[in-house]
Amino acid sequence: MAGPVAFFAVFFAYPVAAIVARGLKTDGTWQFGRIADVVARSDIRHVLWFTTWQALASTALTLLVALPAAYVFARLDFPGKQVLRAVVTVPFVLPTVVVGTAFLALVGRGGLLDAWWGVRLDTTVWAILLAHVFFNYAVVVRTVGGLWAQLDPRQEEAARMLGASPLGAWRKVTLPALAPALAAGALMVFLFTFTSFGVVQILGGPTFSTLEVEIYRQTSEIFDLSTAAVLTLVQFVAVGAILAVHAWTVRRRESVLRLVDASVTARRPRGTGQWAVLAGVLVTIAVLLLLPLAVLVGRSLDAPGFGYYRALTRDDGGTFLVAPLTAVTTSLEYAVAATAIAVLIGSLAAAALARRDAGRLARGFDALLMLPLGVSAVTVGFGFLIALDEPPLDLRQSWILVPLAQALVGAPFVVRTMLPVLRAVDGRLREAAAVLGASPWRVWWEVDLPMVRRALLVAAGFAFAVSLGEFGATVFIARPDNPTLPVAVARLLARPGDLNYGQAMALSTILMVVCAVALLVLERLRTDRTGEF
Amino acid sequence: MLLSLEVATVRFGGRAVLDAVDLSVAEHEIVCVLGPSGSGKSTLLRAVAGLQPLSGGRILLSGRDQSGVPAHKRGVGLMFQDHQLFPQRDVGANVAFGLRMQEASKAEQATEVGELLEMVGLPGAARRAVAGLSGGEQQRVALARALAPRPRLLMLDEPLGQLDRSLRERLVVELRELFGRLGTTVLAVTHDQGEAFALADRVVVMRDGRIAQSGTPLEVWQRPADEFVARFLGFENVVPATVTDGAAVTPWGKLPVPETAPQGTRTLLVRPAGVRLVPAPEGLRCTVTARTFKGTHVAVHLRPEDGPRLEAACALREAPETGSEVGVEFDPTEIVVLG
Repeated sequence: MAGPVAFFAVFFAYPVAAIVARGLKTDGTWQFGRIADVVARSDIRHVLWFTTWQALASTALTLLVALPAAYVFARLDFPGKQVLRAVVTVPFVLPTVVVGTAFLALVGRGGLLDAWWGVRLDTTVWAILLAHVFFNYAVVVRTVGGLWAQLDPRQEEAARMLGASPLGAWRKVTLPALAPALAAGALMVFLFTFTSFGVVQILGGPTFSTLEVEIYRQTSEIFDLSTAAVLTLVQFVAVGAILAVHAWTVRRRESVLRLVDASVTARRPRGTGQWAVLAGVLVTIAVLLLLPLAVLVGRSLDAPGFGYYRALTRDDGGTFLVAPLTAVTTSLEYAVAATAIAVLIGSLAAAALARRDAGRLARGFDALLMLPLGVSAVTVGFGFLIALDEPPLDLRQSWILVPLAQALVGAPFVVRTMLPVLRAVDGRLREAAAVLGASPWRVWWEVDLPMVRRALLVAAGFAFAVSLGEFGATVFIARPDNPTLPVAVARLLARPGDLNYGQAMALSTILMVVCAVALLVLERLRTDRTGEF
Repeated sequence: MLLSLEVATVRFGGRAVLDAVDLSVAEHEIVCVLGPSGSGKSTLLRAVAGLQPLSGGRILLSGRDQSGVPAHKRGVGLMFQDHQLFPQRDVGANVAFGLRMQEASKAEQATEVGELLEMVGLPGAARRAVAGLSGGEQQRVALARALAPRPRLLMLDEPLGQLDRSLRERLVVELRELFGRLGTTVLAVTHDQGEAFALADRVVVMRDGRIAQSGTPLEVWQRPADEFVARFLGFENVVPATVTDGAAVTPWGKLPVPETAPQGTRTLLVRPAGVRLVPAPEGLRCTVTARTFKGTHVAVHLRPEDGPRLEAACALREAPETGSEVGVEFDPTEIVVLG
């Protein structure tokens, strides 16, 4: 427990506090009046309003589109279901930069819609909303569908026997049982879209800006630190509130329902209604999830003879000091290091939290662990720069800075994945081993490790995918001569010209393939117990 | 003494789950702790195993104070109620676990495992998966696993609790034979009196964390220490009584008691076999309310004109119909005046 606490204190709390202090303190006195000043500004109000309503709209739209899919994956049985489940999850682990790029290729200038019908959405909020649905589709399918599959279908049958119509039975029996998972899923989507950075940065243009993008703009473009600090605080409070509600709904989900084995509740579709829902969901997946990715790949192949890919290997001396393709190896190296750190810290924290005697304090820490997910990654990155630049922690010149920041974002995923499995290990198995002569360390090695090995691999995979795609913090601290893949993509997109655009598409495709491969490996390992992501 | 508990106390919150228990187990002895659920018997085992720290008192193994000695260094074995076999290991690896912890060589492990599995009646099962075992087989594997490191004291928590009746009756005989042959010292807990009486050299009855009675199965059966023990053993005919000179005044009238019985205000137990049915006008008049077939006899439930209900044991052919009127006489040899 002490290890993870120290890690988060030094690499999360301290940098965030440092940036807040830098922004709000002048000559040693706190200027809290600035908070009111900043929040009162009309441009900031506009950002706050947009951040909130786009998050609400994205959440509502995601629920609307993804709920039928949750039903299909939970209750219907059809060939290729396992593969499709993996496919649906690919967007969630895709870097936000890739998602942004893919939608740009679909609905942007010269995009597919533009070419066919002359429709451009990249100047409207629809591009952002659609990208958010694309990104969070899997969150709803997994959280809601996961619980739905475990609800006993006989409950609904019992309601039917008592005279309820099919819809009535669903509304009165299934919907209330699903409510906690619905709430938890919706809150996760709200959280992710509320703090959306990469997608809005690429698709928002000058008109649309979320808090996160505004923090980035204020720090890196306008150099107005005090405004950035106030915005960080505002986002901190908002995210804290969302997480508190989320923790509450998760606890409720754990307590009340009687669940059955998910593998026995799905049946072949029957009747036109079920076939229609299945067809609708498949079409949605094809249009909303697969089309943008296909367009992205297609765009990257536009130049003859893999021209954009070959261009990646050249050092043009402009955007980068090195050939863009070296970003692949840089990214992989960073991701390996970040994964190691995240798995170490995350599993230590999960082990501490899983103990039955873990008290109120530990549960509080549980919620705190989720904070790095929602607190501005931009703040963390910038905080790293200004907080970790003097002895004893002078890491600004060290390569480890990037993996540390990425591990901070990855560790909560590790905890979320490991915790349910560790909690499910029967404490008396450990006691049985102890009585047979195993020391505490040996008990962990002999009993806990074999059971969580699979979860550990899944967690490592998530941490790997997360750190590969991490953008908000990395964009600050990656050194110019050592960009990661998402940073390289963003830099290419920021430059004019078809060649740069094509290279961005090519690099995004590579990043997508790496992430998808990592995920498909995970899907083979996944058990139904492993966590909520 | 191999094991001694001296005023051993365990408190959860303010409640004493184990309340100043004194108990000792001699080498090669089989002691069975008997009590209803919540009487503290599992806590007793966990405290001896080192899985539950004491709030007071101490535990000695071979004369050595065990406070501060962790579970894995106590050299006692514990067979858990639901076995707790390691699900990801096969039968052989489960049995070999304790031997591995003692760093026995692979060859030693293999020989030991083979012998133990033979002994518990599962020869050649070493490669089988734990998940595929029946309840009785799991119980045998758990036993072999607990015996493998040769613990100086073997503790069993409801060893046969989850098995069906016929299997239980067979296994309890096998266990007693096996422990006798190996000279194992055993401390078992159970809520099933049949199991305790069949297995133990000595039975310890627990109530609310205290020891209510300790003695050989015969002693406990014949002379329950008090009303709680009598009722826990399944006796229903327990009433308050005033005993004077070979007779006891009870709600059922004046009953004969042995001359040697203690005098004064007491609790009286009439075993069902001591309730004799006679034709109606004679004795205490009762109505038959129910009959329960017990295999060797019939338990006849009676509602007397006066006093609490009675249970009588009656030969199969002589059992009266439900609803009929009968008389009851009492046999002094089956009447026990409790403490």
